[in-house]
Amino acid sequence: MHEFVEAFRFIAHNGAVSGAPGLPSLTHLTLETLRVAAIGLAIAVAVALPLGVWLGHLHRGSFVAINVGNIGRALPSLVVLAVGDAFLGLGLTVVELALVILAVPPIVTNAYLAVDGVDADLVDAARGMGMSGLEILRGVELPLAVPLLFAGVRTAAVFVVSTTTIAALAGFSGSLGDVIDNETSYHFSGVLGAAICVAALALAVDGALALVQRALTPQGLRAGALELSSDTAHAATIV
Amino acid sequence: MKIADTAQSEGPSVFAQAAELELRNVSKRYPGQREPAIGDLSLTVPAGEVCVLVGPSGSGKTTAMRLINRMIPITSGDILLGGRSVLERDPRQLRREIGYVIQQVGLFPHQTVGENIATVPRLLGWPKDRISARVRELLELIGLDPQEMTRRYPAQLPGGQRQRVGVARALAADPPLMLMDEPFGAIDPINRARLQDEFLRLQEMVKKTVVFVTHDIDEAIKMGDRIAILRDGGVLAQYDTPREILTHPADEFVAQFVGADRGLKRLALTKVAELKLAEPNGLRADLRADGRADGVRRVSAETSVRDALSLMLTEGGEALTVVDGDGRVEGLLTLGVIEQLLADEAAEPAGDAAEPQPEGPR
Amino acid sequence: MTFAALAAASGPVIPNFAAQSSSCEIHNRLFCAGWVSRNWGPVLWPALRQHIVLALVAVAIGFVIAMALALAAHRYGWLERPTTLITTILYTIPALALFELLAAPVGLNVFSAEIALVSYTLLILFRNILAGLRAVPAEVLDAAEGAGMSRTQTLLRVELPLALPAIVAGLRIAIVTIIALATIVYVVYDRGLGVPIHTALGEGPFKTELIVAGGLSILLALLADGLLVIAQRLLTPWARIRTS
Repeated sequence: MHEFVEAFRFIAHNGAVSGAPGLPSLTHLTLETLRVAAIGLAIAVAVALPLGVWLGHLHRGSFVAINVGNIGRALPSLVVLAVGDAFLGLGLTVVELALVILAVPPIVTNAYLAVDGVDADLVDAARGMGMSGLEILRGVELPLAVPLLFAGVRTAAVFVVSTTTIAALAGFSGSLGDVIDNETSYHFSGVLGAAICVAALALAVDGALALVQRALTPQGLRAGALELSSDTAHAATIV
Repeated sequence: MKIADTAQSEGPSVFAQAAELELRNVSKRYPGQREPAIGDLSLTVPAGEVCVLVGPSGSGKTTAMRLINRMIPITSGDILLGGRSVLERDPRQLRREIGYVIQQVGLFPHQTVGENIATVPRLLGWPKDRISARVRELLELIGLDPQEMTRRYPAQLPGGQRQRVGVARALAADPPLMLMDEPFGAIDPINRARLQDEFLRLQEMVKKTVVFVTHDIDEAIKMGDRIAILRDGGVLAQYDTPREILTHPADEFVAQFVGADRGLKRLALTKVAELKLAEPNGLRADLRADGRADGVRRVSAETSVRDALSLMLTEGGEALTVVDGDGRVEGLLTLGVIEQLLADEAAEPAGDAAEPQPEGPR
Repeated sequence: MTFAALAAASGPVIPNFAAQSSSCEIHNRLFCAGWVSRNWGPVLWPALRQHIVLALVAVAIGFVIAMALALAAHRYGWLERPTTLITTILYTIPALALFELLAAPVGLNVFSAEIALVSYTLLILFRNILAGLRAVPAEVLDAAEGAGMSRTQTLLRVELPLALPAIVAGLRIAIVTIIALATIVYVVYDRGLGVPIHTALGEGPFKTELIVAGGLSILLALLADGLLVIAQRLLTPWARIRTS
C-alpha cells in the first residue's frame, strides 16, 4: 500500500506539498488542533465537572444527569457545527461553543455516576466520624470517584479532538481537518498523513490523561488505567 | 430425548424413588495442600434415610457432599448410588437425578416460581402438561397456593418461601437422592424451626435418601435418622443414630462437639408418652380450665421429656399429670421417672451402628 | 479521491434547488415546508433510509463480534485485557481519521464506512456484555450446575437472560453513537444523512436542509433508544419487580 508510504513521507516533510508553498505545516495544524480542543475541553470540564460532582454528592437530579448524557450522545458533531455555522457564522467562538456543548454530557453523566455511586456505607461511616459534607466529598467521594470520572473526561477529550477536525468539514480552518477536507491541494497522501496525525494525537491525548488519572488514583484503587468496570450500572452509561 | 418416568433416564431402572448411597474410601486432596480435605471416608446411607453430615468448619462436610454429585472431582475412592458408581456416569445426567439444595437457594431470578420448579423436568424433556401438573403438586406439597405462586418471581418472595421453593425444585423430578447444604442456615430461628418441621413432614411422605449438611448439632439431632460427625480432614468421628451419639459418644471430640448439655438433648428425643409413668395414686385430678388440677399441672403425652422437665422446673419440681389427646389421664410424671429413664439408657450397651435401630416417633 | 473532494472540485451541484425556489428558500429561512415536501422523496427519505441501514448493519455486526469476544473473555479471563486495549484504541481514533485510514486499503465504498462504524461499537458492547455475564450471582450458577445443566444450557438459559439489562444498555449507547457518527460517513461513501448535510453546508449553509437532515438524525437516535428501552421492559419482566 504505497499510499501509506506516501503518507509518511508527507508527515516527514511536515506537510509540505510541492508546488504549494503557502500551506501551513503539520506541526502548526497539530498544535492548532490541540489548542482549540484544549480550550473547549477546559471550559467543558470547568462547567460540567463541578456540576456532576455536586449533583452526585447530593444524590439529586439523576434523571437530568443521566439523560443529558443520552441526549448529548445523539447529537452529531457535524450537525452542531453546521447549525453554528448557519446561524452564527463559524468563528473560533462558535466552534468552542459547539465543543463545549458536545463535551459537557459525558463529563456530567460520568461525574454524577462516579460520585453518586460511591459505596453508601463508606459515606455513612465518614459522616459518623464527624466529617462535614465537603470533607466527605474531598476525602472519600472524590478519590473513589476518580476512575469513572476520568473515563468521562477522557471520552470527552477524544470527542473534542475529533470534533475539532470535523469542524473543517463545516468550513472552519485551523485544524488538521483542513488537510483531510482539502484533497485537491494536499492529494490523498496528505489526507492520509493528516489522518494518521489525528489518530496519533487522539491516542496521545488519551494516553496523557490516563497517566494523569493514574497519578490521581489513590494507591489502594490502583489498577490498569484500562481496567474494565465490573459494575453493571456504571458500564451502562460509561462511554 | 427419552422421556423418563422418574429422573432416571439412562439404562434400566435400578431404583424407584430412593436409593442407597455408599461412600467407599473417598478422599479429596487439593493440589499444593499438605493435608487432604478428606482423607478416607466410608459410610453407607440406607435408602430412604436422612444422613446428616455435621462437624466444625474445615471438617470437609460440604466437600464430601459436593463429591457425591461430582461438583468437585474426587481424588480417589468411589461413590455408589443405588449400587452404581457415580464416576461412571455423565455428570450432567447424574445431577438431574440428584436434588440439590444450597444455603443461598440460587433460584433463577429471571424465571417464575413455576419455571424454577420445572427446571429439571424441562431438562429431562417431560411433556408440558406433566410439568405443570407436577409444579402444582409440589407447590401444594410445600404449603403454597399454586394459583398465586406459580407466576411470582423469586424477588417477590420472603426468604422462608424462597427456600421452600428451592426444596420443591430439588424434588421436582422425583430424584432418588437429595443433597442439602445448610439449607436453612440463612433463615431466622423461628422460620428455620418451621422449615425443619415441614421438611420432616415432607420426608415422611416422600421418603427420600437425603444427605444433609449442617454445622448445628441441634439441627442434626432433629433432622437426622443418622448423624455422621466429621472432624478435620473428613475423618469420621462417629456415625450413629442421634440417640446413640448422645448416650454413648465415641470419644472426647464427639462429646465436646455434641455439647455439655447432651443429657438434656437426649431428653428431647423422647416423648413423655414413651416413659414408664408413675401411678396417679388416687390423686383426684379435677381438671380445670387453666390446666391445673388440685395443684398438679397437666401436660400432653406428645410433649418431649425435655420440655416437660423444663415445665416441671418452673413449677418447682412438682409432678405433672400426663394426659393423652382426649384428655384422659395416663399417669404421673415425676423427677424420679426421668431419673429412671436416664439410668436405663446409661445401662444400655452402645448400639451397633451398622444395624439400623428403628427410632420411635419424634 | 474522496467524495467530498469530487463534489468540491466540480463546483456546487444543486440538485435540491428547483427552478421555482420559493421566497422562503431564497431568504434562507429556518424551515421551508415547501422545500421539504418537494425534496422528501428524492433527497431526504433516501438519505434517512440509507442512514438507518448503515447504523443497523454496523450495530448488528458489532454485536455479533462483541458477543463472540465477550463469551471468549468470559471463559478465558486473560482475553479481557488485550481485547479491551484493542477496542479502546479503535474507539479513540477520531471518526474522520478512521474513515480515511480505511479508505486507503479498502476504498471509497460501503466497507470502509461499515468497518469504521463497527469498530466504534465494539468497546461499549464488549464491555457491557462481559459485565452483564459477570454480574450473575454465584449461587445461581451453582444451582444451575447442580440441577444438571450443561455449560451451554447454563449460558443460554441463565447467564445471557440475566445479562440482558446490561446488554441492552450497551446496545442503546452503541446505536445512538453510531447514528450520530454515520453523519460523517459521506466522506468515504456517499450515503446517509451526512449527504444532505454536506450539500446544505455548501449552500450558504441552507438552513432548512440542515435542520431537517440534522433533526432527522437526532430523532432517529432518540427513537432507537426509546425502542430499545421498550424492548428491554418486555424482555426482562423480572427486573422491574420490587423486592418484597
